[in-house]
Amino acid sequence: MADKMALAKAINESLRRALESDPKVLIMGEDVGKLGGVFRVTDGLQKDFGESRVIDTPLAESGIVGTAIGLALRGYRPVVEIQFDGFVFPAYDQIVTQLAKMHARSLGKVKLPVVVRIPYGGGIGAVEHHSESPEALFAHVAGLKIVSPSNASDAYWMMQQAIQSDDPVIFFEPKRRYWDKGEVNTEAIPGPLHKAQVVREGTDLTLAAYGPMVKLCQEVADAAAEEGRNLEVLDLRSVSPLDFDSIQASVEKTRRLVVVHEAPVFFGSGAEIAARITERCFYHLEAPVLRVGGYHAPYPPARLEEEYLPNLDRVLDAVDRSLAY
Amino acid sequence: MTVESTAARTPRRSAGSKAGTTGTKRTRTTAKKDAGTEPQLVQLLTPEGKRVKNAEYDKYVAGITPEELRGLYRDMVLTRRFDAEATSLQRQGELGLWASLLGQEAAQIGSGRATREDDYVFPTYREHGVAWCRGVDPANLLGMFRGVNNGGWDPNSNNFQLYTIVIGSQTLHATGYAMGVAKDGADSAVIAYFGDGASSQGDVAESFTFSAVYNAPVVFFCQNNQWAISEPTEKQSRVPIYQRAQGFGFPGVRVDGNDVLGVLAVTRWALERARSGEGPTLVEAFTYRMGAHTTSDDPTRYRGDEERQAWEAKDPILRLRRYLEASNHADDGFFAELETESEALGKRVREAVRAMPDPDHFAIFENAYADGHALVDEERAQFAAYQASFADEGGN
Repeated sequence: MADKMALAKAINESLRRALESDPKVLIMGEDVGKLGGVFRVTDGLQKDFGESRVIDTPLAESGIVGTAIGLALRGYRPVVEIQFDGFVFPAYDQIVTQLAKMHARSLGKVKLPVVVRIPYGGGIGAVEHHSESPEALFAHVAGLKIVSPSNASDAYWMMQQAIQSDDPVIFFEPKRRYWDKGEVNTEAIPGPLHKAQVVREGTDLTLAAYGPMVKLCQEVADAAAEEGRNLEVLDLRSVSPLDFDSIQASVEKTRRLVVVHEAPVFFGSGAEIAARITERCFYHLEAPVLRVGGYHAPYPPARLEEEYLPNLDRVLDAVDRSLAY
Repeated sequence: MTVESTAARTPRRSAGSKAGTTGTKRTRTTAKKDAGTEPQLVQLLTPEGKRVKNAEYDKYVAGITPEELRGLYRDMVLTRRFDAEATSLQRQGELGLWASLLGQEAAQIGSGRATREDDYVFPTYREHGVAWCRGVDPANLLGMFRGVNNGGWDPNSNNFQLYTIVIGSQTLHATGYAMGVAKDGADSAVIAYFGDGASSQGDVAESFTFSAVYNAPVVFFCQNNQWAISEPTEKQSRVPIYQRAQGFGFPGVRVDGNDVLGVLAVTRWALERARSGEGPTLVEAFTYRMGAHTTSDDPTRYRGDEERQAWEAKDPILRLRRYLEASNHADDGFFAELETESEALGKRVREAVRAMPDPDHFAIFENAYADGHALVDEERAQFAAYQASFADEGGN
């Protein structure tokens, strides 16, 4: 059955389905219960599944992730919410030293099927710590899987798959796209969680992005088309693992690659992509892999974020530079 | 001992029942308050504005003059007026967000006025009344809420740190600062503000530990305003928050946070303890967040109006007014003049905010480092060239 719904609602429906189909699934976080989350992603779930399954936790992120680990050890599948990207760091210790490593530490005996949901990214005019993109800080850590949907359908299905995953998944939700609507077929058979998707076919250059930047790249491709340029847009969907095969296939066709993310360029996921694709496609590339992203500066106050974030012109500028080689 | 795979293990007991799905006895997810621990509340002014004696704390406000009492009243009225103006400015689109302190004026003015110039204050993001006491220009508080900066004042010019948004972090900074004060042999004190929600954070527990171990001259001032966004205080603590101090080895006291006189007295006591080398103190100011968490919040989703109405009767400004009037410490002229001053403040703040310019684009690259960084220089130059490319198009 296909319904048009907002991305936030798609996650809500996906969580609802998980709660219905698996009694071990729990929702935990600050304000996720009675309030339904500050973005209403968990709206109505506590009312329907009760306080023992949709849990308003104390205001303590390390506690949220640390106890989710314990619950997972006991056989539960916690889906925890970190209210905003910039608030994850009290939990960073638990995520890096425990959540990511316990499986290996136990020689594979222990599995930690924990999903950590993090609304991330900027563009909503927020105060400090509410607009960051810390995905690379997690991607650097082995043991974690990192995904970020760009649209409602992926949000629904990727959440289903993340909850089913026996590995911990950091689920980055593009908060500025929460209210974007899209078709969600709840009876579809989804593709693999960590596989990229070509969302627009093209021949002249590949734009690779994930989460909030996919929509921007589609707009860039539209604008470029008016100038007679045929760009391919690749929605990476997963940051760890990265689907290098799909990127390679696209680049072997287009011979040019621009990677776009909100996170700072320096040591960002684009750097890893550029290095790997240079290794894999050296003789196919007509231009160096270019990156568009945030600067090596703290995320600026709201009135400057439009200058900091990749936008149509900045990506087009990179496209021009790539095509000029 | 072999660690079994949780996925493959056959449960000896039904773990599902633990999840509360089959209605077992243990379905309660939040501890109820323990009976018999109803806390003692320090109160010098009742909600009706009646002065009550307190053997322990009276001496800390014994010499207070009518003029000083009128000063506290003025502080609270002006703070509330400023706060209302900021809420309006958010509604008008001039601010992106506002965190109102409505209802917490006495907790903030009482404690703020207890501090000395050389004391150092570590606020959350809601301490507008304390900022007022420290002499920070109210308009400067609004820059970060307008989105032109992430903190618009020099923390060292008023010994008032920048607002801290990440919950509880500042309690450790305050403790470290206090450790420094002690090392320097100074008799200044440090006060760290935080809320009932923050009391759950690891940083806050660690700040209690450090301050106790190093006997740091710090006052932990918890405004328990009953709500951490949608979660009531019983989601954070099974005991009254002030009682936590005991386990760390220093005293805690609960004061009526809507009683400015009581807060002033208790905070003076706590600051004196710090100055005289007796170490940390926890003050829990029992108050109420009359408004939403921020302008983005809708409290009707999680709390009823009856509770708010009950707290309205305990309004901090109203009770001091009753006391001032009953004791003939203020006349109509005073209240009328204050009304005029209040409107003038609102107007000044409004105009200051509207005149606040958007920052220069290059501000993005400023202050990322104290000593500079080659990559920042490179990116700034690229940004300049990129911006200039638009100017060229315009020129041609």
